[in-house]
Formats: sequence, structure tokens, C-alpha cells
Amino acid sequence: MLTVVGTVPQVDFPLLEGVVSAEAGGIAIAGRRLEAKRGTPALLAAALAAAQALGEIEVRAFLVGDVGLGDGSRKLYRHLTEVLPHRDCAVLTFHYLQPDVDWHNRVLFAVEEMAVRPLLVADAGFMYAAKMSGQAGAYDLFTPDAGELAFLADERAPHPFYTRGFILQDEEGAPELIARAYLHDNAARHLLVKGRVDRMADQDGVWASVSEPSHPALEAIGGTGDTLTGMVSALLAAGLEMRPACLLAAKANRLAGDLAQPDPATQVAEIIAHIPRALAALGQGHRPAGGE
Amino acid sequence: MAFAWLKNKAKPASAPKNADKGLLVFDNTSEVIRAEGLLKRGGWSIRVMGPPPEIRTGCDLVIEFPLIEKLDILRALEEAKLTPLSAVPVSGPLLEPVNLFQVKDFGQHLMVRAANMKLTIDKRSLIIVNISGGGCPDVPYLADQLVGKLLTEAPSPRRIGHTLCGYALELAYQEMRRRC
Repeated sequence: MLTVVGTVPQVDFPLLEGVVSAEAGGIAIAGRRLEAKRGTPALLAAALAAAQALGEIEVRAFLVGDVGLGDGSRKLYRHLTEVLPHRDCAVLTFHYLQPDVDWHNRVLFAVEEMAVRPLLVADAGFMYAAKMSGQAGAYDLFTPDAGELAFLADERAPHPFYTRGFILQDEEGAPELIARAYLHDNAARHLLVKGRVDRMADQDGVWASVSEPSHPALEAIGGTGDTLTGMVSALLAAGLEMRPACLLAAKANRLAGDLAQPDPATQVAEIIAHIPRALAALGQGHRPAGGE
Repeated sequence: MAFAWLKNKAKPASAPKNADKGLLVFDNTSEVIRAEGLLKRGGWSIRVMGPPPEIRTGCDLVIEFPLIEKLDILRALEEAKLTPLSAVPVSGPLLEPVNLFQVKDFGQHLMVRAANMKLTIDKRSLIIVNISGGGCPDVPYLADQLVGKLLTEAPSPRRIGHTLCGYALELAYQEMRRRC
């Protein structure tokens, strides 16, 4: 089972925990429908699309409304500290949450009390907090983009906004940044770095890169990183080992983007619709009806 | 006890205490006291303390605040005419916000990146077509509010955003407006 923790950009969205189901253009949880525009709903929609292709994987979520004030995130953090020790899942993915080191640490201790340790995946705001807490090594996978990798590599930066200029280099410097992130204990055990070239790495360095198919327009499309994190989380929950899961997710994400024939105005929901076909083309799951 | 190592693990040297906090520097202690009251009444978790040696401006008191909420806090202070001399990270009071912009021209579309935030417009219509990057919860909210709107009519991220990601998007937005 995959469990995702994140936020919804609505002030009045209550704290919900439950099974998530796929809906046309979005997801549903506890009778509420959410469009897969970007952020955690996009991550969940991509995870569900992958889960559908791979077979029976239950996807659950803890969601709360938060528009950046942090109130919803803190409510969710408190809830997690209370209930996580009584939950179980194969993969626990943390996503768009207000970065807060103190709450991050309390949540991580609640994870420690779970009967069986899940694989821990972090992206977005929770990854920022994990790095700032000095506990990045407790995570199995971070999925930063190029800017976030520079932040992980800068041992002094408290947020990507403060990443020092000399570190903000071209993507070609990614292997050096990865090494620097590991040098200062600011990376998870595995990194899946999203970019013009997707790079998979661990403390020994980059072990694989995926650069095709290539569409520069994908960089502009909000949510394409969320879909990658959602897919790799689902693949891990399906039982794939870390390396094949990262490699397959990177390939499928790029292929789904390619199938959408994107331009910079394409919305991520158009790409998510192609995930089952992309996975099928890569030999995973069945080819959807109407597929070529 | 699969995680027993975690409790005993010493924090790496790269994780300074209060790494997610910032410092508000004011000209005089009267402003500090007024700002402290304003922010506490606003529900922010703050504390007054002495400044670190790196800070050589302002008075002998600073306010520690949640750095991620810098945009929201600065807006509240400005509305009360209590603009600080500076707002800096505890982890490096001399760190400056990213001021490098990366611009990508796709032909019909133009993208500006500031730090971890990217804003893309249609050059002919000046409509904001996409916002990507970032990890704070106001990013999806800001995208909802800005995408599909004219660059000249969309609300500025500085006005409706709350976090450092919102602040970075504001820089990208301002740079895009400067260029278009």
C-alpha cells in the first residue's frame, strides 16, 4: 500500500485520511473530488494511473487544505504524530507541506514507532524540512528538481530561495552537486533528480541517466515533477526495487510527456492521461483500450 | 526498534540549530517591541533575542521568526509601517536571496526562473500559461490564481502569496513584467 501525505490549495478543505480513487481529470477522497492540476492531487493522480496499470495497489492519503499559511500543515503534522504509529504501509510519501523542522522531527519519530518501517519518499516542502533538520539520511528517496538539488548541495541554504549563486549552475554540474549533497549528509539514500536529463544517484554517484524522449517544454509545465514522484512511489509500493522503480518512473514520465505532444501551455492532467499507455509501452501493465 | 539509530544519530554539522528560522533586524528597540506585539497577536511563533555577531546593523535586539513565512510576515509589518532593515536566515545572516534569473525562450512562450520557481507566458497574448517548481503549499494556490490570467491583470504573488516560494515567484513575475 502507498500512503501519500500532502496539501490541497483550498482554505476550507478539511483534514482527511482515506483511500483515494481516480476520477476523470483528477482524484476523489472521502466523497470530495480534486482536479489534478499540480501539487499533491497531481502526484496522487499519477500514482493511481501507475497503480491501475500495475494491478492492485491501494493508494491512501492524508490531505488537508493549506494555501501557504501553514495552519493546515501543522494540523496534519499533529494528526500524523498521533496516528502514524498505528498505521502500516509499504511506502510513505511526503509532499507539499509547510517546511517546519520541529514538526518534521516529531513526524519522523512517529514513523519510528510504526510496526514495520515503510520506504520513505520526500519531495517538495517536506524534503526541504528533512534537509534542514539534518535527517535527510533517514529517507530512502528524494526527488528534487535542478533548483532543489542546488539547495540540497548548499549546506548553508535554509530554502532554495537562499541557494548561493556559485552553486546555481547549469544542469551539467548535477553530478558535482549530488556529490556535495552527500558530502554534507543532505541527501536521502537515493536521489532521483528531475531535469532536462533525469539522473538517478546514491552516495557512490550517478548510476543512471534518462534523457529521451526530450521535450524542453516539459520544464515549464507545473506538476511534471509531481507525476514522477507519484509514479515512483506507486512502483515501489508494487514491490519494485529502488533502482528499477526510479528508472522505470523516469522513462514513463518522459514518455507520457512525449505522448501528450506538449508545449509550454500544456497542463499536467493532459500528461497524466498518458501514463497507463507509457507504462504499457515500457512493458508494464496492460495497454489501455484505444491504445495504438 | 528499526529506527533506533535515528534517535542516537548526531546531527550533522550542516544542520544548524533553528535552521528554518530567520531574523528580523530593526533600527531601534521601540520598533522591535511593537513588531513583537503585532506578530504575536497575529499568531506567529516568534521570540526576541540578541543578534548574532554577523549582523552589524540595527539595534541590539532582533526577532526570530519562521523563515518560510517571510513574505506573509513582511507584508503584515509593512502594513503596520514597521518595515525591518533586513530579514535574514539564522543559518547564514549574510546569505542573500537568489538574484539570478534564468530565461528560456520557447518561441511562442517565454519562461523566467527565479530560484526554484518558474513562470511561463504566451508572448502574444501575455497570458500566464504555467507555473512550475517550488515546494511550499502556496505554490499550487498561486498557480490556481495566476494561470490563465493576463500578466498585467493577475494578482502579484507578493500580494497573495505567503512563503519563500511565493517570494521567489514574485521575483520571476517582476522580471517577466520588466521584460514584457
